[in-house]
Formats: sequence, C-alpha cells, structure tokens
Amino acid sequence: MRRLGAAAIEYAPPVLTLAAIVAVWHVVVASGRVPEYLVPAPGDVAGRIVSGWRLFLTHSVPTLTAITGGFFGAILIGLPLSVAMVYSKVFQRTVYPLLVGSQVVPKIALAPIFVVWFGFGMSSKMLMAFLIAFFPVVIAATAGLAATRPQSIMLIRSMGGGIWQEFWAVRWPMALPSIFAGLKVSVTLAVVGAIVGEFVGSDNGLGYLLVLARGAFDSVTIFAVIVWLSVLGLLYYSVVEIAERLLVPGPANRRRPGRDAAKEVTM
Amino acid sequence: MTGTSPGASTRIRIDAVSKAYVAGKQLVPAIAEVSVTAEPGQFISIVGPSGCGKSSLVMCVAGLVPVTTGRILIDDAVVDRPYTDLGIVFQDAELLDWRTALSNVMLQAEIRRLPAARYRARARELLDAVGLGDFHAKYPNELSGGMRQRVALCRALLHDPGTLLMDEPFGALDALTRDQMNLDLQRMWLERPKTVLFVTHSIEEAVFLSDRVLVMTPRPARLAADIAIDLPRPRRLAVKTTEPFNASVRRIRELFEGMGVLKDDA
Repeated sequence: MRRLGAAAIEYAPPVLTLAAIVAVWHVVVASGRVPEYLVPAPGDVAGRIVSGWRLFLTHSVPTLTAITGGFFGAILIGLPLSVAMVYSKVFQRTVYPLLVGSQVVPKIALAPIFVVWFGFGMSSKMLMAFLIAFFPVVIAATAGLAATRPQSIMLIRSMGGGIWQEFWAVRWPMALPSIFAGLKVSVTLAVVGAIVGEFVGSDNGLGYLLVLARGAFDSVTIFAVIVWLSVLGLLYYSVVEIAERLLVPGPANRRRPGRDAAKEVTM
Repeated sequence: MTGTSPGASTRIRIDAVSKAYVAGKQLVPAIAEVSVTAEPGQFISIVGPSGCGKSSLVMCVAGLVPVTTGRILIDDAVVDRPYTDLGIVFQDAELLDWRTALSNVMLQAEIRRLPAARYRARARELLDAVGLGDFHAKYPNELSGGMRQRVALCRALLHDPGTLLMDEPFGALDALTRDQMNLDLQRMWLERPKTVLFVTHSIEEAVFLSDRVLVMTPRPARLAADIAIDLPRPRRLAVKTTEPFNASVRRIRELFEGMGVLKDDA
C-alpha cells in the first residue's frame, strides 16, 4: 500500500501535466479556431488508434525489428569497442578522434545512400538505427570504463588479480550506471533512425504509414501514428530501465546518474 | 614467491631504493637512496612532510610501482611484480560502492580464489571485532568514514597476510575515531603479528603504534632517522601523557624543525 502511494506521488505530476496539455489541446480545437486538418481533436486521434490498432500493430513489427536490430547492433559493437579503447592507448588514439570527428556527418543524410546500397529492405533501416544509436553507447561506456580509480586497480593487483579479474570485479560494475545512461539515450535515438530509414524508402512500417497519411493529408492518422510511436519508444525505454534495475548491482541510488555525476564532481 | 607460508611475518629489505617520476620532460626524484630493513613482526611507521615520497616507498614495497634503482626484498626474494602476501589499506577506504561491507571484505577471498564459506566466517569475525557486527549488509554510502576504513582494514587482514601496508589510513578521520582505530589496529596486530609499514602525518600516532619510526626528509625522501620506540605493549591511550612517549615525539619534532619543515618561532 505504501509502495502504491509512493508510486502515485512519483508519477502524479507528469501524468497530471500531460492530462492538462491534452485538455488544453481539446479546448483549443473544440473552439474551432484551428482547422481540423491542421490539428485534429485528441478524441479523434484516440478514436483512430482504437479503430486502426490492427493496422498499426502490423506496421509496428518491421519498425520494432529495425529499432531492435539497430540498438543491439550498437551494444554489440559499441561495448567491445569501448573496452578496446580503454585497454589500448594506441587503439584509443587511432579510433576515438575519428569517432568523435565522424559525428559532424549528419547521419540522417546518409539514409538515401543506404537505400541505394542495401535496397528498400530491412537492412537499410537497421543500419540507420544503428548508426544513430551507436555513438552514445560508445561515449558513455568509454567514459564509464575509464573512470576506474588507479587505487582500485592496485588493490586487485595486490590480491594477485590479473587484467580479467580487474575488469569483472572493478571496471565493469563501476561503469554499468554510466553505460545504462548511454543505452537510454541510444534506444530513443534508435527509434528516430528506424523511422527516418522508413521515410526514405519502404513499403511497410510506421514511418511508411506516416508517409502514406501525409500523401492523403490525413492529419488524424499522422497524429495517431506519432502517439503510437511515442508509446512504443516509452515501452522500449522501460525495458532498458528494467534491465538496468536487474543488472546494475548495489544500492538503488547508484542507478541515478545525476547523483553519481554529482559524486564524481565532489570527489 | 619464496617459501613463506601465509601468516608468517615477512622480513622487508629496502636496499638503496630510489624512485623518480617522469613529469612532462623532467625526471622528478621522489625517493633518494633509502635503505632500511623491517624485521619480521615489527610495526614500523614512516613519517615525513606531505608529498615527500612516503607513499611511493610503500607502493614500491608492494611491487605496484617499480623502483628506479635499488631493490626491494621480501624474505630474500626480489620484488619485481605485485607482491601478494600482503594487505593494503589506502587513505580512501577504496571500497566498491556496489558491494556490502561483508562483500567488500570478501573481495580479498574472491580474487585470491580462497574457499568462500570458510573466509565468509572469518570476514564476519573480523567485522565483529572492529565493532561492525550490525553493519555487514550495509553499503559503503551508508557507513561513516571511520566505518569504511574499518571495513578496508578487515579486507586487508582477511587472508592473514605476512605484511600489512597502510598508506595514511586514518588521515581523514576525526581525532576520537582515529584514537579508537589506533587501539583496534594495535589489538589486531598483537593477536596476529605481522610486519607493518604504516605511513602517517601524525607524529603522535606513529609513536603510539610503532616499534620503530622512520623519519623522512622533504622530497626527495631520504631516511633522516630510525627511532626505536621502547614502550611496553599493549599501549593504552594514557601512554600519550607519559614522559618516554613525549620524549620520542619531541625528538621527532626537533628533527623536522632541524630540516626546516616545522618552524616553531611564533
């Protein structure tokens, strides 16, 4: 009961704020000052989601596949790359500047060339999602893994521990909060990447639905898809948060990156 | 290393050791030609001005930092890699935030791959012995500075090493906590003797705890004096008001005044 109360206190302010925004939206549209084709009423948007959920769900499958592929690709390539950079000065000095420099390339602008290279299928969307999701994973993981204090390493060495034990006993658990902070940014960006990939060329997916609806000037569907996409993004974000809760050891406040950062500064 | 069995106190020979660090393009000397031998079971404090290289010397003994010239021998074996029959306590407790007090102590057993069940029992005993019986399951951020340092001490002693290295372990603690820590440390050391190198800023603390006090010069550290402290053990805090205690403190203070480290001309 107390837990329920605490949850209510935590979630009440954002939920109420959202409700207020929807209410204002409804009032403005109902007053007739904004034409329906520009901003549809919230009730119409909700109605479209209810009536079209089957269609939305069907088109969610390819979009979710692209997000998942891109996000896990970013983890599977980003984390080992970070580990390599932390352990090899040469590798870090070679790769890190290029990686940071490459961020000035507007990645979304690469979408058309991916379509040329990989066609209209899934791979071009996955690659787009991967490309955008990759950077925050690498930056957060590298920073987290490099933040280990030299004394902690010395401690493990004095216990006869080698590089392997040093990594699993100290570096990795110490870096996990930082890594998850990066993953949370990364997963929301993966959604953006997948949608952009679908904009540029596809015959299914939620991005494709948006393009279709635009062609028909169907702003109710456009809004409905945006709401649907936001919910999907939120769900995916929650999955990452649950994983964080399960995988980051130690007291709960380790998982609040704000507090962690504040501690780093005061130390 | 050699045939030392764990638990047997070690003989540490520091043989003409110098240490220099590279800072930019310069070579900055930290330790200059220090030679000293710690006999098995002796409690030896190292006092000296801030940044004189005391900590470097201890890290060299541990084999965690290479010497520039000279050598370190522990039980006649040259230390040229991290030496492992030892426990270390750093100035910051260096506890791992995500482990409980008990789990932090058990890190020692885990990394050394010692049997968990037996050492968990010993870890509990050690924590009980330093008054942390009710805090086994607490995380470091729930413990005070003194408690954290006690956990670090238990971790250093878990495997009953022949050598204990302490690098200003109580420097950040308040005076009362510090006195208590000194008493606890003495008691634990008397129960299971081991060779201790104890770096400190506090002359009183050094005299109270030690068999010998090594007085170091400002950087680069040289050995200025090696002073034997012949006070009976176990020592109680009241010893600090006795004449022999104060004579030793005074002698060390005068050495620092002679070096110009202390200027008592107010």
